[in-house]
Amino acid sequence: MAAGVATWLPFARAAAVGWLPLAKKTMPKPPVDNSSRSDEILYLNVSGVRFQTWKNTLDRYPDTLLGSSEKEFFFNEDTEEYFFDRDHEMFRHILNFYRTGKLHYPRHECIQAFDEELAFYGIVPEIIGDCCMEEYRDRKKENQERLAEDTEANESMDAPLPPDSTPRERLWRAFENPHTSTMALVFYYVTGFFIAVSVIANVVETVPCRPPEGRVKDLPCGEKYQLAFFCMDTACVLIFTFEYLMRLFAAPSRCKFMRSVMSVIDVVAIMPYYIGLVMPENEDVSGAFVTLRVFRVFRIFKFSRHSQGLRILGYTLKSCASELGFLLFSLTMAIIIFATVMFYAEKGTKGSTFTSIPASFWYTIVTMTTLGYGDMVPNTIAGKIFGSICSLSGVLVIALPVPVIVSNFSRIYHQNQRADKRRAQQKVRLARIRMAKKGTTNAFLQYKEDRGLGGRDSDSTALCVKNRSAFEHQHHHLLHCLEKTTNHEFTDEMTYSELCMTESVGFRTSRSTSLSSQQGAQNNPTGCCPRRARRRAAMRLANSTASVSRGSVQELDTLHIKTTSIPPQTRSSLNAQADNLKLNCGEQDFTAAIISIPTPPANTPDESLPPSPAPIPGILRNTRATAFTHETVKISSL
Amino acid sequence: MGAVVGTLTMQTKQRRPSRDKTDDELEMTMVCHRPEGLEQLEAQTNFTKQELQILYRGFKNECPSGVVNEETFKHIYAQFFPHGDASMYAHYLFNAFDTANNGSIKFKDFVMGLSILLRGTLREKLEWTFHLYDINRDGYINREEMTEIVRAIYDMMGKYTYPALKGDVPQQHVDAFFQKMDKNKDGVVTLEEFIVACQEDETMMRSMQLFENVM
Repeated sequence: MAAGVATWLPFARAAAVGWLPLAKKTMPKPPVDNSSRSDEILYLNVSGVRFQTWKNTLDRYPDTLLGSSEKEFFFNEDTEEYFFDRDHEMFRHILNFYRTGKLHYPRHECIQAFDEELAFYGIVPEIIGDCCMEEYRDRKKENQERLAEDTEANESMDAPLPPDSTPRERLWRAFENPHTSTMALVFYYVTGFFIAVSVIANVVETVPCRPPEGRVKDLPCGEKYQLAFFCMDTACVLIFTFEYLMRLFAAPSRCKFMRSVMSVIDVVAIMPYYIGLVMPENEDVSGAFVTLRVFRVFRIFKFSRHSQGLRILGYTLKSCASELGFLLFSLTMAIIIFATVMFYAEKGTKGSTFTSIPASFWYTIVTMTTLGYGDMVPNTIAGKIFGSICSLSGVLVIALPVPVIVSNFSRIYHQNQRADKRRAQQKVRLARIRMAKKGTTNAFLQYKEDRGLGGRDSDSTALCVKNRSAFEHQHHHLLHCLEKTTNHEFTDEMTYSELCMTESVGFRTSRSTSLSSQQGAQNNPTGCCPRRARRRAAMRLANSTASVSRGSVQELDTLHIKTTSIPPQTRSSLNAQADNLKLNCGEQDFTAAIISIPTPPANTPDESLPPSPAPIPGILRNTRATAFTHETVKISSL
Repeated sequence: MGAVVGTLTMQTKQRRPSRDKTDDELEMTMVCHRPEGLEQLEAQTNFTKQELQILYRGFKNECPSGVVNEETFKHIYAQFFPHGDASMYAHYLFNAFDTANNGSIKFKDFVMGLSILLRGTLREKLEWTFHLYDINRDGYINREEMTEIVRAIYDMMGKYTYPALKGDVPQQHVDAFFQKMDKNKDGVVTLEEFIVACQEDETMMRSMQLFENVM
């Protein structure tokens, strides 16, 4: 019900007095309205800008935020106003809606921002007034198209292949996006080359060559070198057939594939050859056979797979179908009218070329499109007058739908360009996001070290603590809780991938996965860290005692921080050192971190260190030296 | 062709009578009607100043020009009765409010009518109802008028009622009404007959009281 009608409700109820004499029964009791009768002014503070309005104004639309009791959540008792932390400029429009009953769309605002505001205030966009509805709809559609393009582009192009795709899926993908693999690219270019060859052969076939000895007339090359052209044709068709069959095999939905335009073109391109093979060599059907060869020219449409511009053109024509249809229809009407008129105007003249109305069609078309071949010319005065009217109107009729088609094409073309630009921007944006994420992860891992650092180095911890905001603290605490909950820990990408690689490689010392934990047991370090043992088991690490080869990483638990400078030059040396570490398993929280010790110092430290703020995640270093020495290492056991 | 003629007309700038009329119409719709002062209205009606303010704000919001014409009135009233067709009853109601009979309700008419309905004495209310029923304002309610009113009311109910409307229910209703109201059985109901009959009707008196505090 329209809101304004609410103001008339008391009136309608009062007018019900008019029914009373007719009523057979007593009227029901009216609802008791406890709310105060008098209207009051409400104050709405929207990010500092104060709006005031009557309460009744807002009550007009009880199913929105401001009209219902939902606004009480925003009521500030100290200042006795409703505070909304939103855009005050947009709020102006929202409040005007309550006041006037019409919602207007501000043209200079972003459509998504506007939609979000409407969603916040609980207003459905459908009630936008007629004056602004068209603009709103257009902008919204444009925005949605843009978003759809984005997601489509993401899905089709950049999404990495799911690891467990069947060969068939991979093949299909290779066909659709040739840039994904080298083989696909090669195939793509080869087919393109053969299409070109086939089309050129078709064309050259008809060029007259020098006649062979004994003949006077020029012969088309096709007939002179019949064998050569036949072989070329065969080769091309074989390639095309092979390609088509492969596509058919790889297509996820064969029916849909067979119905698609490209598939039809493919079939039409290769059918004439096969038909020509099976057709007998008699005169009657060879005429038809010649016609079939015309279809070979359809091979040129196969280029649309290779060229985006062609596809855009095709898509434009498809989207302008209605305009083209109108153009065609109006042209047909005009042709028929003028042909009839010209025929009857020229009927009397002797030797007139306008022999019938269909014959006049040719004249009309040639005149309306301003071609003017001159093979049919009116001779009577009336004919000439009507002829000139015909050519003038031809120009008009053709000129009308053309701008629409042109604007459509321009819009689609620009959209495509935009899509390409956006894809490039997207790559940059994703890279930036990845960097930021890595930063956060590293920050968290750093935090874990710092926390473990705890009582040791109070100065540095204090410094680190100060550098973190309350938000970061809480966020890290949350991540920590999650770790505890799942009994797994966060690590970074590099570490994880390396760990995956070294799943089969065991550790130096033998491990038992017993959960009995011993304090400070140097020989049974795993006992202190049952969690770690479980995790290791989860990672299917063998418990061999093979020394880890180069390039692999070792997983360590941190139990304790020592400020001893241990140069873990080699894994074995590290292991040796570990034995000397005092393991205070019982004292502190087992903040385990997966430390990756890069490859032994044969690699230059710079190489092995990832370029991130915390050079080697998980390994605490007070000095943040990039050297390969670790001043403090949280090592528990090996 | 039309464009050619149009250009010619524009060139000569002939003021044809139809154009004058459109101008007048435009002027009429543009005219804003302002009510008399707040004090005067307060004196003439039984509303307090605050109530008048609230009423006027609502009224002005709906009709910025200050008057309601019949179309708008019908449209508004129809919103309350979506099931049926409220146009006929709205028409009669409009006429009841439009005391000056000039086809539009101004705020003063609106408020005076409401004042009677909500804050008036019993007699005033009954008189108002009588005037509502008396379509041709001749001082008598005859059967035809009553039938019209009753049919209009039943129209508002719409098609889907329970129990279903069978037979000529409005006519029966009118017969019952005349049975009750027409004391001297002369086929018409006068104001006095109407008032007396209503005051005797217990049910109606009870219902009247319920409408005291609609506003």
